[in-house]
Amino acid sequence: MKILVCISHVPDTTSKINFTDGDTKFDTNGVQFVINPNDEFGLTRAMWFKEKQGASVHVVNVGSAETEPTLRKALAIGADEAIRVNTPATDGYSVAKQLAAVVKDGGYDLVIGGRESIDYNGGMVPGMLAQLLDANFVNTCISLEVEGTNATAIREIDGGKETIKTSLPLVVGGQKGLVEESDLRIPNMRGIMQARSKPLHVKEAVDASAETTTVSFEKPAAKGAVKLVDNVDDLINLLHNEAKVI
Amino acid sequence: MSVLVYTESEDGKFKKIALEAVSYAKGIADMMGTSVTAISVNGGDASALAGYGADKVLEVSNDKLNNFNAAAYADAVAQAAKAEGAKVVVLTSSADSKFMAPLVAVNLEAGYVANVTALPVSAAPFKVTHTVFTNKAFATSEITTDVKIIGLGKNAYGLKENSGSGAAEAFSPSLSDADFKTEVVSVDKATDKVTIADAEIVVSAGRGLKGPENWGMIEEMADILGAATACSKPVSDMGWRPHGEHVGQTGKPVASNLYIAIGISGAIQHLAGINSSKVKVVINNDPEAPFFKAADYGIVGDAFEIVPQLNEKLKAFKANNS
Repeated sequence: MKILVCISHVPDTTSKINFTDGDTKFDTNGVQFVINPNDEFGLTRAMWFKEKQGASVHVVNVGSAETEPTLRKALAIGADEAIRVNTPATDGYSVAKQLAAVVKDGGYDLVIGGRESIDYNGGMVPGMLAQLLDANFVNTCISLEVEGTNATAIREIDGGKETIKTSLPLVVGGQKGLVEESDLRIPNMRGIMQARSKPLHVKEAVDASAETTTVSFEKPAAKGAVKLVDNVDDLINLLHNEAKVI
Repeated sequence: MSVLVYTESEDGKFKKIALEAVSYAKGIADMMGTSVTAISVNGGDASALAGYGADKVLEVSNDKLNNFNAAAYADAVAQAAKAEGAKVVVLTSSADSKFMAPLVAVNLEAGYVANVTALPVSAAPFKVTHTVFTNKAFATSEITTDVKIIGLGKNAYGLKENSGSGAAEAFSPSLSDADFKTEVVSVDKATDKVTIADAEIVVSAGRGLKGPENWGMIEEMADILGAATACSKPVSDMGWRPHGEHVGQTGKPVASNLYIAIGISGAIQHLAGINSSKVKVVINNDPEAPFFKAADYGIVGDAFEIVPQLNEKLKAFKANNS
């Protein structure tokens, strides 16, 4: 089985979010970038496929050269090869078109992406990719098993989960549950050394225009100070009469 | 030309998010000087949508669509959009909407923006504001394609009563075998519990509760308030509560009217997930807990003393106010 894991290069979850250039650009100053958490669950699941059933695992990112350390980290975790599509990631649709070209070239059976990236939260790339490829698609995937060309997935739905039967070629939008937090792998020294000599292919972008453009950013208005009360009667009174939420 | 809105039902009735989506679609239609067409799949009574502004309701009735199927539903919505000449398609932030929206976008070659917080800033050029960085910021984006797809954020717009004619019309999309290559074989859903997605009130607890055996008082509060229960990441990682309850950056976002956090310190990743909630209450014994900075109301004290007292008083309050 040939597996491709899509890796978003995103600010660490503890990053302070600020904007520059008249609130038109994300301020990367002092920001640590990591593998998007939803993608990392998928990468670890892919490693299990490789170890238990035999599979090759490639990782891909659409972005400029500064995303390469994130791809190297994925190689250090255990991916065999990395591909960087050499163009800045603009909107979800254009990223999906770039990825579709990579999947067609590479003949992958299974593509695992994250349910959403934690920066733009669009949650659209895996679904668009599947539709561009005419592949099957399962979103918010919390369990995935593949036997031959048949796949069984569990999807999180509002208030529960459902079990889905489908087949390869398949794209999933993954999240925690594919593997647990405690299953995630921290690259060891051997992995980091090996990652240096693993292939990282830089692929030229195909022609794919963006269909949405972000024109400005804004931070939420500062909120007022918390009102502290010392008994539950006052709290109920405030929630009923002031906030009007109960 | 019209604004097409996908309306979700459950057990033969339209969900609240469907009514909210119609209200929102009506707002856009008014900006653009056009009408609202709703599409429902094996859905509720069309007249329920008229009161929020639907002028026409396309009713798809097909036993093969009893379980949600993203490919087939997306095909149905895209075909309806083409038949109606819709320039804007409104979806929501439900799990099903987020599953099908990217497929609809590709079918219609339409730009799609998710987590939209309000009516468009302008209709031409078409610009909308949406949350980014997991609710830590807002972005305004322009959609440049002819057809635009909007994913309305949770609890972002509210219900607005309007009058539409709500004329029901049968609609039979042509679906192919390719639409049924993924099949739901079983659904596991607690029917007696309020879901985090639908809840007006969410009661959430963290490590401060010391162990899963202490969640009885949290569930009791949720029962009294008709609320959903949720938890922090460490609690779900330790297996005290199911993953589906984990709220935060890598868990579920919460956009309820009231969020009550008990024994949760308020890590930045947790706060990101609940930012869109309107009123936040914190109960924590540590006055330095970061959550107090993000909250509207707070009590500094021991959850094991305060929560039982609060439950008793809430019961009395509910008895007097219902």
